[in-house]
Amino acid sequence: MGFLALIGRMVLSALAATGRIALFASETISHLVRPPFYGREFVSALFNIGWLSLPVVGLTAVFTGGALALQIYAGGSRFNAEAVVPQIVAVGMVRELGPVLVGLMIAARVTSSIAAEIATMKVTEQIDALVTLSTHPMKYLTVPRVLAAVLVVPLLVGVGDIIGIFGGYAVATGTLGFNPAGYIRNTVNFLEPLDVISSLTKGAVFGFAAALMGCYHGMNSGRGAMGVGHATKTAVEGAAILILASNFVLTGVFFTL
Amino acid sequence: MIEMSGIHKSFGANHVLRGLDLSIPKGTSMVIIGGSGTGKSIALKCVLGLVKPDTGTITVDGQDARKGDRDAFLARFGMLFQGGALFDSLPVWQNVAFRLLRGSLKRPHDEARTIAIEKLRRVGLKEDVADRFPAELSGGMQKRVGLARAIAAEPEIIFFDEPTTGLDPIMSGVINDLIREIVVEMGATAMTITHDMTSVRAIADNIAMLHEGVIQWTGPVSDMDQSGNPYLDQFIQGKADGPIEAVR
Repeated sequence: MGFLALIGRMVLSALAATGRIALFASETISHLVRPPFYGREFVSALFNIGWLSLPVVGLTAVFTGGALALQIYAGGSRFNAEAVVPQIVAVGMVRELGPVLVGLMIAARVTSSIAAEIATMKVTEQIDALVTLSTHPMKYLTVPRVLAAVLVVPLLVGVGDIIGIFGGYAVATGTLGFNPAGYIRNTVNFLEPLDVISSLTKGAVFGFAAALMGCYHGMNSGRGAMGVGHATKTAVEGAAILILASNFVLTGVFFTL
Repeated sequence: MIEMSGIHKSFGANHVLRGLDLSIPKGTSMVIIGGSGTGKSIALKCVLGLVKPDTGTITVDGQDARKGDRDAFLARFGMLFQGGALFDSLPVWQNVAFRLLRGSLKRPHDEARTIAIEKLRRVGLKEDVADRFPAELSGGMQKRVGLARAIAAEPEIIFFDEPTTGLDPIMSGVINDLIREIVVEMGATAMTITHDMTSVRAIADNIAMLHEGVIQWTGPVSDMDQSGNPYLDQFIQGKADGPIEAVR
């Protein structure tokens, strides 16, 4: 009985948390279309989330693309299918690895940063100060970050896709003996518009999830250093899970329905 | 005039305010004293709407604090937070001019900066502080910047939450004098929370002693030493023995 009660409590707690996050998300969306808008905060968020994430996104993509080429070559050679390296690298990067890895890197880099910053602002009464200065914290802190992430993460995913494909190209032409022109031709011919559309759509959804979780857990942080640490950890966990779950759903929507 | 009537506020099983009644006449300086954790800050945050009371009414000049245009209501207030609550990501002058750079009180950029520098001077800080960031300032300077931000839009009502906490006695004296001067000069209604008796004597026209969620005594600061109230006497004299338990 105790075990069942424990499971019941966990389920109810998870449902309550889901409800709170859904309400937070709907409130954020409602503020997106209602003034005032804080342009400077939006531009600053674009720079922090987009530009400053480029190095980590680029490095992640180039190494992943290279490793993918090696794996496909090694696996394909078992049944004489080494030639499919360009096509599988392209599809693998654009459909799955590009958006998911960029999403997870954004969760690690941006969600943690947003959660820690907002949680610290809460602990040090800066959010209360915003309210007393007639500034809605959702509009000033959440909306610019979420909007910036929704717009800029697809671009990061696009850049990650290209760099990942380049990583595969560099390995394939540099060490596996592929013809450079043939590799590019096969890549371009094999990719379809839906691959790119799904990749960028995933980027937008993952950006929304990453920024939203950072803001939500930051705004609902507990007190003190422990509260900030807990908020940051929970935000990154939540964002990563949301990204992977939504990736599964979106892949189903784009490629199986 | 700020009127708080029958304010109750609980956090779970912790009943912080248990029917608080308090009046602060317009243009006067009220200081609320009491031990740590007695709900002084909660009372102040209830007026601003940062904390929603469970029951009770709060009116400002007869207007219900929870009804009407919230921006217009908050525009009447300035607040100095205990830790300053300055925005780390903004330079000092933008912290001071925060309200003047956005919203209904928005002014042109240069004018807002000029006002910010003027307010910084008013609290004894030089112009070169304006472009520094809060993290580069000492605790005393941060309090002054917080004070400059509180008065930047020339509010009718100013709240001070533990204005001298964490400061040395000399800097505390400077802040107390500044608060007194500014409140008198602006003719503002002030509400201060503190347990620093030096601040009380420097800032207050009236004081209110908060304990166990209710006001135990209120009156002019001149009557404080002859109040005959055992709670207030124990607090003023800093005695361990008395109706206020030393261990809470």
